[in-house]
This record gives sequence, structure tokens and C-alpha cells, in this order.
Amino acid sequence: MYRYDEFDHAFVHERVSQFREQVGRRLAGKLTEDEFRPLRLRNGLYLQLHAYMLRIAIPYGVLSPRQLHQLAMIGRRWDRGYGHFTTRQNLQFNWVKLIDVPEILSALADVEMHCIQTSGNCVRNVTADPFAGAVNDELEDPRPWCEILRQWSTLHPEFSWLPRKFKIAVSGAAEDRAATAFHDIGLRIVRGPEGRNGFRVFVGGGMGRTPYVGLEIRAFLEKEHLLSYIESILRVYNLHGRRDNLNKARIKILVNQLGIDKFREDVEADWEATRKDAVDLPASEYARISSYFTPPDLMPGPIKDEDVEQRRITDMVFANWLKHNVRPHRVPGYAIVVISLKEPGRTPGDASSDTMDLVADLAERYSRSEARVNYTQNLVLPHVARADLPRLYDELAAAGLATGNSDLLGDMICCPGLDYCNLANARSIPIAKEIAKRFADPDRQELIGPLRLNMSGCINACGHHHSGNIGILGVDKKGTELYQISLGGNPKDDASIGTIIGPGFRAEAVPDAIDTIISTYLANRNEGEDFLATWRRIGAAPFKEALYGAA
Amino acid sequence: MPNVVTANRLIDGIVVYLAPDGGWVEELARAKLADTEEETRALESEAAKAVAERRVVAIYPMEVALHDGVPVALSVRERIRASHRTTLTKDWYDVPL
Repeated sequence: MYRYDEFDHAFVHERVSQFREQVGRRLAGKLTEDEFRPLRLRNGLYLQLHAYMLRIAIPYGVLSPRQLHQLAMIGRRWDRGYGHFTTRQNLQFNWVKLIDVPEILSALADVEMHCIQTSGNCVRNVTADPFAGAVNDELEDPRPWCEILRQWSTLHPEFSWLPRKFKIAVSGAAEDRAATAFHDIGLRIVRGPEGRNGFRVFVGGGMGRTPYVGLEIRAFLEKEHLLSYIESILRVYNLHGRRDNLNKARIKILVNQLGIDKFREDVEADWEATRKDAVDLPASEYARISSYFTPPDLMPGPIKDEDVEQRRITDMVFANWLKHNVRPHRVPGYAIVVISLKEPGRTPGDASSDTMDLVADLAERYSRSEARVNYTQNLVLPHVARADLPRLYDELAAAGLATGNSDLLGDMICCPGLDYCNLANARSIPIAKEIAKRFADPDRQELIGPLRLNMSGCINACGHHHSGNIGILGVDKKGTELYQISLGGNPKDDASIGTIIGPGFRAEAVPDAIDTIISTYLANRNEGEDFLATWRRIGAAPFKEALYGAA
Repeated sequence: MPNVVTANRLIDGIVVYLAPDGGWVEELARAKLADTEEETRALESEAAKAVAERRVVAIYPMEVALHDGVPVALSVRERIRASHRTTLTKDWYDVPL
């Protein structure tokens, strides 16, 4: 993984000193809250319902054991012993004290981490395929490009005060595991006309109040022009994006108001005018950065390990975990392991300091000292020898981390909701827990098959409800929490936004409603059809009738 | 219905309520009540002073119900704030669904 050079170290430590001084001035009364707020937000520090929340950037979801141990330490020492992994592959601590934050930032800087650009109207932490550099359907590792984008966007003087926040996701694989269609810019590495790799560029995707699936702005962009082309997109947005209305300030609104053709025309015109002067990345710099992402030296081995196969037959729970949480690696004899943070009864995405320490140890012992965070709020060990799977499984299972539900109903995305968040209108965590309890039986989840259930506690859609096959949105209706259900969203290649199925449900009725939806799907599905395929074939009517009775 | 004034403590962000002695307490039950609009405005200006003195941030008044004379939060949001806890706690059901 990327290691800070002297410049990076000096820069991050300097930011810590700056913030230490800013906190000092705030406490001494030299800064009012109005003056201080933008400064703390620039360092990822929010004031939530119960306390301050610190959002820590995990660049493109990659963590070393040393970093995970440090996060565990921070959780123990300055928080309540746990943190929350988010849909942006970040980590949030929910109970930090303002007076402790400079020390926390300093502890983060010691392990090459920070909270810069995890808030504010700037280019946010770039997200990526969590299986990058390991998975067998990958054309090219996107992480060097993510790191290049990180360095380019950090304190970029032209793009530090955009109309609104800006999110970029990068995938280099056949399957889109980074929801690139729902980002301000989505980058897909594709094979070009002359056999060279380049980027297929999407723009204007997003969730929130006005969800859009990103539109293709360029079918193929030569890799060496990535920065100048993205600068042109941002420049057009920076000039023409709305600043008068917070709800209309994202690039998706501009793209859809102008139309993708006109937007593309403006971007291409700017690019033609500026690209000659623009500093595209020199090949030597690309080589320097990408050398940090050289794949680990893994000795190919047999695809089937005898002990694994033996236990698969005798231990059904292990077999279930193998089936859902263990994915093919590009090197035979190795596997990618998804560590579920979705054990029924637990808050989705939460990890205790003990969990972080354990996963750090396991990464060190079994995964070439690498761990990842995926946007569906789980952890990943990217390079595990198949022969180690039983031992790894046993250690995970002992800690409640071996639930075999990856990409099944139990693998719900869930935002913090009204239990923590100042913006939320309704709780999401208790609803997720109730649904998890209802569908706790692994056989039933197995029968249902792949299903993405996403839940948000407000319209801002941190819980990606728009892209859930089943989406749940909590709203406040005259002081009562009410939950709107939408069906048919899809975060992957053939991305789509869910359709609201009808009037909302009270909290206690949500598990029954989900049950009804699932039963309707099971009753109507053709052999081999997943939920999304059935929904697309039969449409809303059978679900509406099951939920609300005949019209 | 009477009002109280709530805020977050500056140094740690913890939810607090303005108390009769001018201090800030974590228990809603100990908050100072304002029965009239005038009294609410007086509470708010007292709270504004505490903001200037850097004791609290994000002040606002809120209506409360009285149970045996003790103030109780009305909305789900304020019940959660007043409970100082979240669903992570085992007995979260004290803020029932």
C-alpha cells in the first residue's frame, strides 16, 4: 500500500498543529462557533445529537494492521470502544470530545491517516472496489489511480470551495463493487480500441433528495489524461453548479438540467482549451505511485484444499460461509474473505476496538498485512491462502465475525440514523436489527438468494436506500417515524433507482412488510431468478397487492 | 406546554439542559421550566450568555410534557437526546419503537 513520503508526513502533521491551535482559540474565545464550524468540518469533526463525531478517511478503503490497531486504540482511549464503518469506506467515532480531537488527529498522523476532506464542499475521500488488486475479474488495479486522485485533490486550490461535496469512485473489474453509477464521477477501467486500458467516465450520479444514475460522458479516456479531464469536469461544475440552493447544488442537478450532451460539450471545450497547459501526470510519477501497489508475491496453489473440502461436507455453517463470504482470487490457491459486520443483533457496520485489533492480527497472519473496508460496511481480507480458511474461520467465528451472509438479505446497509445523526428524521439501526432478527435463519436467506437491502434514516441517503433491491427510507410524519419502502434499485452494472411502492409503514410493521415482499418474490420467481430479475419481470402490481390489498 | 432550553456542551458535545441555578445539567428532569413565552425568551437569553462564555453550543428551546411535575421529552429525537444513549446499549427499549 501507499506509504507517506516526507512531504505527506510534514503536511498531515502541520494540519494537526493548525487544528490544535484552532481548538485552542475556540476554547479561549478567540473564535466563535460560526467561525470555528467550517474549520472543524474541514477536519471531519461534526457535532451530532449526543456528542462530536469524527470521520476518518480510509483512502479507497485500504488499511494496514498498524492502522487498524491505532484505530482500535483511539476507540478505547478517546471514544467508547467502538466505531462505525460507513458507506464511503470511512470510519466514524461517535463520542469524541472536542478537547481530545487534536490528540486523536496526532495519533492518526502517526499511522499516516487523517480526517482531511471527509466533510465540506470539496473532493471527498475517493472510494474503490474493495477487492482491488486481488480479485479474478479485474482488468487493472484501480488503487494507484485512487492514490493519484487523492494527492491531486488534497487541498486543490481551485476545487476547495465547490458548490457542494464531490464524490469519486473507481473500479477496475468486470463487476462493479464500488457503486460507480451513484457517484459524482464514476470511473471504470476498460479495454480500449487499441488494446490499451483507459477510463469509461460517468458523471452526475448520486442519491439524496434527487437520485440519478450517472451518465456516460466519455466512453474511453486515455489514462494519462485522467487529471486534466477531471479538472475540466470540475471546472464546468464549479462555474455553473448552483450555489443558491443547497438541494440543487450537486453536479447531478447541473448535468441533468443541461443534458449530458451539452454538459459534455462544455467539458470537452474546456478540456481542449486547457489540456495543453494542464499538468497531466508524468509517466515517472505514475510509476512511482503504482510501485506501492505491486501485488504481493503469492505462490499459486491448488484451487481445492482437501481440509477445506472435507469440512465443507461435514460443517454446513462453514460451507455457507465459504459459499457467500469467500471469493475467488486472481492467484489460484488464494481467496478473498469478507468479514461480516452484520451478525444478527449487532449494529450494521459497527466494530469494537477488540474487533479491529483481531482483524488487524488476522490480516497480518493470513492476508499479507492488508485489510479493506467495503462500502456495504464490512471488512475484507484480500489475500488469504485457501489452506488457511478453516483456521481463519474458527478465529472469526469465535468473535462473532463469521456470519455467512455477504450480499444476502442480512448484509444490510444501514446509516446511523436518529440514534446518532443530527440530520436524521427516523431511526434506522433498530429497524435493521428487527429485520435481521426476522430473517436470522441462514437457510431462509439462502433460499431468498442475493438481495441488497439498504436503509437510510433521512432523505440524504447515506444508507443508499435508492440503490437497494429493497430500500427503506425513514421519514418523520407529524412526530412519528414512518418508513417508505422502495423496490427495484440496483447499485451494480445495470444500475437503477428503486420505485416507492406505496404509503409508508410504522416501525413495528416494517419487518412484516419486508416479509410480505419476500414471500411475493418467492411465489412469483422463475427458477434461477434473483429478486431484482423477478421485480423487473413482474413489476410493482403483485407487490402492491400483497402489501396493501387489491386496488 | 412548558419549555426548557437544551444545548450541547462545548468541550465534549454532550446534551445538556439549562438548570434553575444557571448551570447546565445532563438530566432533562432537572431542567428549568418556562411556562410563558416571556419566560422562554428569558431562558434563551440566559443560554445565549452561556454560548458567549463558551460553555455550550447549539442552543434551542423545546416543549416538554410534565409527568408528575417532571419534564419529559416529546419527540423521538428529543427522547433519544435525553436518554444519552443509542441502540448499541442492550436496554435501548427504554426509547421504544
